[in-house]
Amino acid sequence: MCLGIPAKVTEVENSRQGKADYLGAKVRVDFSLLEDVRPGDWVIIHAGFAITKLNEEEAQETLALLREITGSQGE
Amino acid sequence: MKELRDKSVTRALLKKIEKKTPRCRPPVRIMEVCGTHTMTIHRYGLKSMLENAGVEMVSGPGCPVCITPNEFHEACLDLVTQREGMILASFGDMTRVPTEKGSLQTAVPAPASRVKIVYSPDEALNLARQNPDKDVVFFGVGFETTIPAIALTVKKAAAERLANFSSLSALWLIPPALRAILEAGDAAISGFLYPGHVSVIIGLEPYRFVAEEFRVPGAVAGFEPNDILLATSAILDQIVEGKPRVHLEYARVVDPRGNPIARAVMEEMLEPRDAFWRGLGRIPLSGLALKDRYGGFDARVKHGLDIKAGSTDLPGCRCGEVLRGLIPPPGCSLFGKKCRPDSPLGPCMVSIEGACFITYKYDRRREGG
Ligand code: SF4
Repeated sequence: MCLGIPAKVTEVENSRQGKADYLGAKVRVDFSLLEDVRPGDWVIIHAGFAITKLNEEEAQETLALLREITGSQGE
Repeated sequence: MKELRDKSVTRALLKKIEKKTPRCRPPVRIMEVCGTHTMTIHRYGLKSMLENAGVEMVSGPGCPVCITPNEFHEACLDLVTQREGMILASFGDMTRVPTEKGSLQTAVPAPASRVKIVYSPDEALNLARQNPDKDVVFFGVGFETTIPAIALTVKKAAAERLANFSSLSALWLIPPALRAILEAGDAAISGFLYPGHVSVIIGLEPYRFVAEEFRVPGAVAGFEPNDILLATSAILDQIVEGKPRVHLEYARVVDPRGNPIARAVMEEMLEPRDAFWRGLGRIPLSGLALKDRYGGFDARVKHGLDIKAGSTDLPGCRCGEVLRGLIPPPGCSLFGKKCRPDSPLGPCMVSIEGACFITYKYDRRREGG
């Protein structure tokens, strides 16, 4: 239920309801807790509600940090 | 995003951690306050890897199914067995929690009543729309992650004037529980891994007292193995430097300010109350209840339920101590013997987020059981 796997928004019917692709399955999602959701956004779904959007920039930063750590260990 | 699970990254992070632990006063005990973290830690073998690196991971009260005391289940059991024309809608795990009166799964409902498993509060609301002749009670259990969804669902029911819907809510707040654990002091925690998705809602501010008042470090972590190790490494830095704070490792998902829309819905619909947690007992203002004006949608008010704290756990079950980080699951003599996932004696063995279930599933071979 609380797994941290993001889902990709595929459909926004009105600002509150829509669909997302979660691990290959289409699921209905309530978007009422978020502002301005668009198809293509990645969201975290909990108990049928999208609770947050994935921040691409921050994700890249964490990945860069991880690469740096492995890099410096190899030296 | 494969770096988050990559084994060479894991090894590099463990090396970093190993270098830091000798500079911390032992034992270094880090409590993970989220059942999904517990799952990652055991599933990827981080528990023993970290132990070898000098860090003991301790599970905390991070499973809403587990910390909801039996009197709530008993109230649900009474509803569905004694009243006719009732649909008791519940998350699946909750239906299997054993009490002195049995579980929702074994209960024999009154005529025209039934228990229905749902995955979201919205589904429970749909049941009420589709069954106007039935009274639908949603067993709404959760932490801050789930609370906005439940609040919003009640708000919808109120807007639609759905008179046959109500929620029996067991809503728990994490920060007051952390305070209770710190004040008790017996778990001797050196740092907290804060729950990722609770933090999505509440942000970082509510944890500040842990660092400032109790001088205990912490980090909000994501759910991949290398998330956990990055956060652990950040906690060790705080210990070494003697500068406790609230570090955010999971910035790709958590806004430091939380989710303002979700918090506004919570504030609109709910108000804080003292609450009784399994294991932790009564914690001031650690629960939320529907405001009086939504009393018609509060199952306690609507159905006159008198939920008194103090129902006992099944004899021998030590879930309470597991939830406080006082014993690991194998410290319970029933673990893996009389108590197993197919015959659980306590909620910590029922829930997929429960420490006993997770330890049984992933560590039993290592424990030699
Ligand atoms: S092993 Fe079973 S009986 Fe023992 S504490 Fe865990 S859930 Fe309770």
